[in-house]
Amino acid sequence: MIFEDEPVPGYPLPILPGHSSPGRFERVLRAGGFAITTELAPPDSADPEEVFKRARVFDGYVDAINATDGSGANCHMSSLAVCALLTRCGYAPVMQISCRDKNRIAIQGDILGGAAMGVCNILCLSGDGVQSGDHPQAKPVFDLDSLSLLQIGCTLRDEQRFQSGRKLTSAPRVFFGAAENPTVEPLEHRAMRLAKKVAAGAQFIQTQYVYDMDRLRTFMRGVEDLGLLDKVFILIGVGPFKTAKGAEWMRNNVPGMHVPDALIKRMAGAADQAREGRQICIDMIQEARAIKGVHGVHIMAYRQEESVAEIIDRSGVLQGRVPWYPDRDKGSDRKTS
Amino acid sequence: MYSVRRWSVRHAGGLNRFYNAFENLLVAMAPLFRAIGYERLERPLAFFERNVKGLLFDCKMCGQCVLSSTGMSCSMNCPKNLRNGPCGGVRANGNCEVKPEMRCVWVEAWSGAGRIKGGLDKIRVVQLPVDRRLEGRSSWLKVVRERTDPPKTETRK
Repeated sequence: MIFEDEPVPGYPLPILPGHSSPGRFERVLRAGGFAITTELAPPDSADPEEVFKRARVFDGYVDAINATDGSGANCHMSSLAVCALLTRCGYAPVMQISCRDKNRIAIQGDILGGAAMGVCNILCLSGDGVQSGDHPQAKPVFDLDSLSLLQIGCTLRDEQRFQSGRKLTSAPRVFFGAAENPTVEPLEHRAMRLAKKVAAGAQFIQTQYVYDMDRLRTFMRGVEDLGLLDKVFILIGVGPFKTAKGAEWMRNNVPGMHVPDALIKRMAGAADQAREGRQICIDMIQEARAIKGVHGVHIMAYRQEESVAEIIDRSGVLQGRVPWYPDRDKGSDRKTS
Repeated sequence: MYSVRRWSVRHAGGLNRFYNAFENLLVAMAPLFRAIGYERLERPLAFFERNVKGLLFDCKMCGQCVLSSTGMSCSMNCPKNLRNGPCGGVRANGNCEVKPEMRCVWVEAWSGAGRIKGGLDKIRVVQLPVDRRLEGRSSWLKVVRERTDPPKTETRK
């Protein structure tokens, strides 16, 4: 969709009534679009071009790009810096904040700084434990948890003050999100956990990888029973496997992964495993889309980012819609400069 | 101790009833505490609390106890200090992502909450960010002071 108040790239959109942020991701969701988000793996580099290169792969296919914050407890360029680079070009990043590495003083500063640089979406996470990353000797901070982070974020935005009570001269206009994992234990309490996140201020949810649609349907029924369907936008996390071996490795080594045996068998039996992995991802997207209360998908394709466009194309979920990207409106009579 | 901690969760109902009675007893003693002076009582009570709750719950002395809201499973034993529910990394057997040999503190919490009257409602309450200044201080004394002399400044919802 092209908004009639389309700004110069890097400038915010006007905030519509009932919206929290000047961002296009919130607009797409509130307009009823099926939103597509993806994940950009921040580089192990100080070169901004590496960030731009990684973002360009998704041009025309995604509504927002998540910048991960030391995902898997591994060291990379900071999510705040990646977001600052992306907003320069007009991209809509989702800034991930993990509670593992920073205390509330640093985090509140980052929320203000991010918003000042045009970040409109913030995903509040607890974070993976340091034991799973490349610096297991590091001190885990965990001053806050994802819910108290959401509360503090909403205090900054809605009450225009720090947790301490000190006033801000200008509040960060951001759309707050959180994660949930619908397919791992304790399964019967996951919907309730989501309800707590919504109560703490989550406006959108991006789930962990979901490879078990039965568990997802059960979860979504629980979410519906708690009366949450019109209170939060839920995007289901999906991603392609490259090989059957890789799928098994992820199941055993990535925290919070639940992969049914049938899928690993399906991968192992395929002549072209990478293609089968993409097909499974497409099947998941189409199944997820049919579930009541699902507003989009979050495609995580680590080291297979180039496959995201094909997956979205073949799944047909965009229905001809072209999400904004820096050169999208060039050549039309709409002037962007 | 881990095995005692798990016993406490299995007996969350009885422990919670005992706790409520004990709290009422402490509140009844408030005039005496006030006469002695809360600050003077802080160290001996914190010592007593650390040992009793350390044995029963592996208490970490966060100073703002929420045991009755977490099924008598101390959420500060979560390696990520999560006070509002489990992370997304819980293993298929219900054990912790960070410490694979330990039951997830929150899987335990829900099982304990089911044994406490009203426990499943209390576990739904969103807990505020921890006040790290209270670490090592007696949460019992804090409760007594809050119940007998409510803070005048408005607390956040």
